[in-house]
Amino acid sequence: MPNTKFSPSIDSRPTYAGLVSQGAAPGIMVADAAGADALVDLASADSSVMDRAHVLLVGAAADTVSRIEALHPKALHGAPDLEAATPLVKRLLSAARMGTTLYLAGSEGLMGHVAALATAEGLPLEAIQMEHRGTVARRMQCVHCKGITEDVTTDPFTCSHCGLTLFVRDHFSRRLGAFQGVCVDAETPGVVPDAQEIRA
Amino acid sequence: MSKLALKVTEIEALSPLVKRFRFEDPAGAPLPVFSGGAHITVEMPDGDTIRRNSYSLISDPHDGSGYEIAVRREDRGRGGSRYMHTRVNEGDAITVSSPANLFQLDLRARKHVLIAGGIGITPFLSQLRQLGIAQKPYELHYAARSRDEAAGLRLLPDAAHIHVHISDEGARMDLGAILDGQPLGTHVYTCGPEGLISAVADQAARLGWPKTAVHSEAFTAPPPGEPFEVVVKSSGRTVQVKADQSLLEALEAAQVEIDYSCRGGACGRCRTHVIACDGRILHNDHWLSEAERAEQKTIMPCMSRFKGARLELDL
Repeated sequence: MPNTKFSPSIDSRPTYAGLVSQGAAPGIMVADAAGADALVDLASADSSVMDRAHVLLVGAAADTVSRIEALHPKALHGAPDLEAATPLVKRLLSAARMGTTLYLAGSEGLMGHVAALATAEGLPLEAIQMEHRGTVARRMQCVHCKGITEDVTTDPFTCSHCGLTLFVRDHFSRRLGAFQGVCVDAETPGVVPDAQEIRA
Repeated sequence: MSKLALKVTEIEALSPLVKRFRFEDPAGAPLPVFSGGAHITVEMPDGDTIRRNSYSLISDPHDGSGYEIAVRREDRGRGGSRYMHTRVNEGDAITVSSPANLFQLDLRARKHVLIAGGIGITPFLSQLRQLGIAQKPYELHYAARSRDEAAGLRLLPDAAHIHVHISDEGARMDLGAILDGQPLGTHVYTCGPEGLISAVADQAARLGWPKTAVHSEAFTAPPPGEPFEVVVKSSGRTVQVKADQSLLEALEAAQVEIDYSCRGGACGRCRTHVIACDGRILHNDHWLSEAERAEQKTIMPCMSRFKGARLELDL
């Protein structure tokens, strides 16, 4: 399954150009189970990309880990979920030097979160390569209580923090790495449209 | 463009060629504060024309008690800096624009590397005060030919992260050594001669720095050149541009309405559409792309000149 094509939307909605090897330059790669396929494709196009790459797999099963191991990255790290991965990402970013490429692959939640950590460290967005694979579930911020709800698959959905019913906007915050959810029935309390599955 | 009527309160020679000027409100009212890297445009009435040059502010951005600039005398220029050096005295009234900033720090950066060549030190003097207050990590590299010419030396604090490279003393700046191994998230800023700006950009590209982490400002006054004339579409009038006058200055003197900000070819505000061009536009700005220059359909009147039979502007 290649890089997901998303339907055209507002400029705020991120699009993902796909991973392109920068050769044997230092690299930090963060991927989930679906995104690991993009790393395999990247390395099959240019195996030298793994020579100086630190790979961090988030929530990947043992067989995925061994497929990446077979690509011989400089180092391979693992974390069960995004929260556990965050301190590792920060450590990799803080030890890295200019000229390091950041490769992100997998869900929009993972890419948005890691890209936000990197831009907060001063890395320009243009220096971050991203390829979407797998779920189209979104990482949503409730604009009312500011709580983040992960893996949102329907529109509207219920904020996991304050319980408001939120409309899924294409408006994306690069600072937070999350889409914005806005109360769907603020003007007409209780009148809530039927939930639809989020599509690409 | 909002203007401030100020008074010259201090003039000090920093080096044989560079003077520092301080301007304050005549009644002592506080001036708008600014951000590091900002500039003001100074008006210099000279006979029937008003010359306007932009200069970086070198004082503390948070200090509204006055604005300070440093001016290097350019004897081959059009006379703006010579005017500042020879005609302006303490106590004089002076009109300046409100501060504007085309060379601001990217405050998301984890570290800032500032590289100055010669008089290009000026925007960094306000930036490093801002960085100091914000306690942001930075290093400054200041290159000058000789200690005598390094006017900025007297305005720089003596600190471990401020490096002075005097080429006459054999201490040339090594850009590779400066840029290699900087932590991820570092941004570099260069101000000085074109050669230095392109050398830093080339070195950063070789080391794999993203373009958006590389900033520069080549603040140059408009170059003099051969006289030429332009036709203004709205009135059909022909305006003469003198050798020591910029096209923008000539249009202003002829009361043609035209917007501007930096007057140094960097901000894009005076961008003007060309209706007819029989000849060659001498593009001296930093705004238009190579393709736009080749088209000859736009001109930046603050910096650029013309050589040929006819140039008509959509003004």
